[in-house]
This record gives sequence, C-alpha cells and structure tokens, in this order.
Amino acid sequence: MLPMISLNDVSLSYHSVSGETKAVSHLSFSVSEGEFVTIVGPSGCGKSSILSMLAGLLPPSGGSISVNGNIGYMLQKDHLLEWRTIRRNAQLGLELQGKLTAENIAFVDRMLEQYGLAEFKDRFPAELSGGMRQRAALIRTLAVRPDILLLDEPFSALDYQTRLSVADEIGTIIRKEGKTALLVSHDISEAISLSDRVLVLSGRPARLKKIHDIQLSVENRTPMKAREAPEFRDYFNTIWKELDVHVA
Amino acid sequence: MWREIHRPVVSARQAAFLRRRRLRKYTVCAVQIILLIGFFLLWEIAAQRGWIDSFLCSRPTEIWATALEMAQNGMLWKHIATTLWETVVGFVLGTLLGTLTAVLLWWNRMISDIAEPYLVVLNALPKTALAPIIIVWLGNGQTSIIVVALLTSVVVTIMTVLNGFLQVDEEKIKLIRIFGGGKWQILQKVVFPANIPCIVNALKINVGLSFVGVIVGEFLVAQAGLGFLIIYGSQVFKLSWVLMSVVILAILAALLYEAIALLEKQILKKRAQ
Repeated sequence: MLPMISLNDVSLSYHSVSGETKAVSHLSFSVSEGEFVTIVGPSGCGKSSILSMLAGLLPPSGGSISVNGNIGYMLQKDHLLEWRTIRRNAQLGLELQGKLTAENIAFVDRMLEQYGLAEFKDRFPAELSGGMRQRAALIRTLAVRPDILLLDEPFSALDYQTRLSVADEIGTIIRKEGKTALLVSHDISEAISLSDRVLVLSGRPARLKKIHDIQLSVENRTPMKAREAPEFRDYFNTIWKELDVHVA
Repeated sequence: MWREIHRPVVSARQAAFLRRRRLRKYTVCAVQIILLIGFFLLWEIAAQRGWIDSFLCSRPTEIWATALEMAQNGMLWKHIATTLWETVVGFVLGTLLGTLTAVLLWWNRMISDIAEPYLVVLNALPKTALAPIIIVWLGNGQTSIIVVALLTSVVVTIMTVLNGFLQVDEEKIKLIRIFGGGKWQILQKVVFPANIPCIVNALKINVGLSFVGVIVGEFLVAQAGLGFLIIYGSQVFKLSWVLMSVVILAILAALLYEAIALLEKQILKKRAQ
C-alpha cells in the first residue's frame, strides 16, 4: 500500500542576513494510512518546519516529499478569529476553498453537535474555554475532510489538566474518524499515549535518531488509558534518554 | 430595568459600595455641568461689571443674540453647513484614501520600504503649510479646502492602518495559507477585519484633523464657513461672531465624534451577526 506521507532524504536550510541555518538534514520516513505518528525532538530542532514542508508552505532545499491525500493542519494555538462565531470559524476552511455547500455546512453542524459545541455555535471564541476552542479548531480542520492531519503541538498552549483531557478527546476523535495523523510534540508522554509510532529527532539540524513502535497492553486503547499501560514508563525512559543526550 | 431583572440578595456592604459608586458618578457629572455654567456666568458678569472689555471679549448674551439673529436670517445655517460638509468629505476621503494606500503598501512590501522615509517626513510636516499651494493649484474654492482637509488626515491614516495590518499575527496568516488561501483572502478574511477597530480609530482622529484643515482653508479662501466667519469677524472687530463660531465648532466636533462612536457600535454589532 502506498504510504500517505513519505519523506525521502529531505533537507531544509533557512537563509537570513546573518547566515544560513540548517534546520533539517537528510530526513527519511513514511506514514501509512490510519497511522498516528509523533515526532519528538528538542525544542527548536526544526520539527515544525517538517510540517510546513508537508503542507506545501515551505519548499525543501533537498530531497523529495510525497503526500498522498488532502492535508489538514492544526496549529499550536487555535487561532479562532474573534470576530466570527464558533460556527463561522468552523466554516472558515470550507469558505476559503469555495466548498461552502449545504451538505458541508450540515457536516460542520453535525460535528459541532457531536463534539459538544452545539450550544456554543453562535457564541464568540472569547466566551469559550481553551479546551473548547481547541475542539472548535479541530472541527475547522476536519470540515474540509482531510485524509491526513498535521498537528503542530496543538495542546501546548493549554494548561496541564485541560491539556490531558483535550489530548485524550482529540486523539480519540482522530482515531474514530480514521485519519492518518502526524503530530509534532516535545511532550514525551503525550507522544507515547497518542501514537502508533514515535520518531525521535536529534537537535538542530534535525536528523532521525530512533523509531519506536508503541505497543501497549491495554484494551480499547485511548490516550488516557495508554498512560496506565505497564510499558508506558519504559518507553518514556528510553525516549527521554535519547532526547536528553542532545539537549545537554 | 436592570434591577428588576436580577434582584440578587445584596449585602449591606455591597449596597453601600454601589451607593458610593453612584454618588461619585453623579458628583463628577454635576461638577462638569457646574463648571460649564459657571464659566459662562462668570464671563457674563465680568463683562457687565466691566472687569473685562466686552468689545474685545464679547459676552455670552451677546453671542447668543448674534446666533439667534444669524439663525433667523439663515446665514448661520449656511456657514455651518459649509464647514460641516467640507469636514465630513475631508475626513471620509482622507480615511478611505489612507486605508486604500495602506492596503497597497501592505500588498507590496517593496513599495512600502521605498515609501517609508517619505511617509515619515510627510507625517511630521504640518500639512496646512501646503494650503496656499493647493489654493494656487486648484483655485480659490471649496475643492481646495476639501483637499487641504484630506491632506491633514491621509498620511497619518496610512501610517496607523499599515502598522495595524503589519501587526496581524503571522500564524493567523499561516492559517489562511494552510487552507489554500491567497493574498487577497488573507486581506479579506484576516487582515482587514482584524483592523476594523483600527480604521474606526483613525476615523475618530481624522475628525479633529479635518477640522483643522477646513478652518485653515476657510481662513485663506474666505468665502463661507465658520473659518470665514472667524477671520472676517476678527478683521471687523465683531468678536461675538468669532466666539460664536468657536463655540459652534466645539459643538460640531463633539457631535461628529459621537456620530462615529455610534457608527462604531453599529459596525461591531453587524459584524457580530
């Protein structure tokens, strides 16, 4: 089966007056359909640049990228437009792509209902909690029916407790919708709890250091339950050591 | 109304707090009114008792009589309408032209970099210094006055609005690009709506600036308007004309400002729907 995403020997450099910065170096990996993969790495190692390249916002300096499907991208903050209601925010992507059909509008309304935002749909973002806002942002992303979701630390702006429950919710939603997902994070437990595979990157320039297949002995795995698995600790310690060497 | 809808259990301390707040509000308002009345009263008394020369300083009753007389023969309305029209056209055009230019400069960063030093100098330059040239070029008439009014507000509008445009969060722009939106959509969906409060603010500032331009223009063109009344009145020593015009200008400025505040509310309400 064709992978949904594949990177082949990809490199990326940034140019500025003060010089050239290598952000990504000879990176190769792929993600297959329905898989949830997380990239972890020390902060500032160029993780987000990988997502920007996949979304076509940034051309790679070398190597090739192939993406087999529509992309949905979730940013660190929800970036809901404060002058639009939640419903109109959720429709933003459809509006931009000229797909604001009755069918798609109904699809958005259904998701708002399903994910507990129905009674807030005519409210403004400022009236919602951080978790609700992030859910609205997910609906905005899902509204354009992407095959692949790119998640750029979408929980990092939330406080710890909200973050746990939102990661659980959103992880579950993505599984339920059967989407392929690539998450970027610097939070190791979040990575293990959500993913099928965790890719560990080195510090800048980002290089692939290690791949972990996450196999947890829990039934009906959800991100929350995954944290209780006996293997969780081992994965955590291994990845933490791999990251630490390069942070120090 | 409010008190009838929610009548929560208010503790004695809370009630006392609310009473103090209300009292303070009324006191401020009362003192403001007393100051205004006191000023005019003192002026009138001082003129009657001969403490000040009423030939040079006029006095409220005389100003009032002048205003009534001019209102009856229609002169007053003509002058007010002239000044108001020139001012409104001036600041509306100034804001529109300034915003459009800001869009252009935002669109093309190269042009904006080239224009920057010129904008800074033009912004610091007193635009009324250009009024005589404008009158030479465009003739001794209303067009010149409107152009002077427009000039006073256009540069500051360009700078304020462009600055607002450039301060829009890069990540919000990325959001539009993620969904495949281009530059036009970035402007239409994020940059422009995010800056409506900024543009309305520019409009508020421009009311005052436009008045400056119009009055200076009317001083020079000297055909009609409150600026003409002021300059003519001072030349023939009719100080009641001059002071009446100043008082009317103050009232007009306040009314225009309020009108824009009202417009702002309407825009925000409309956007919320």
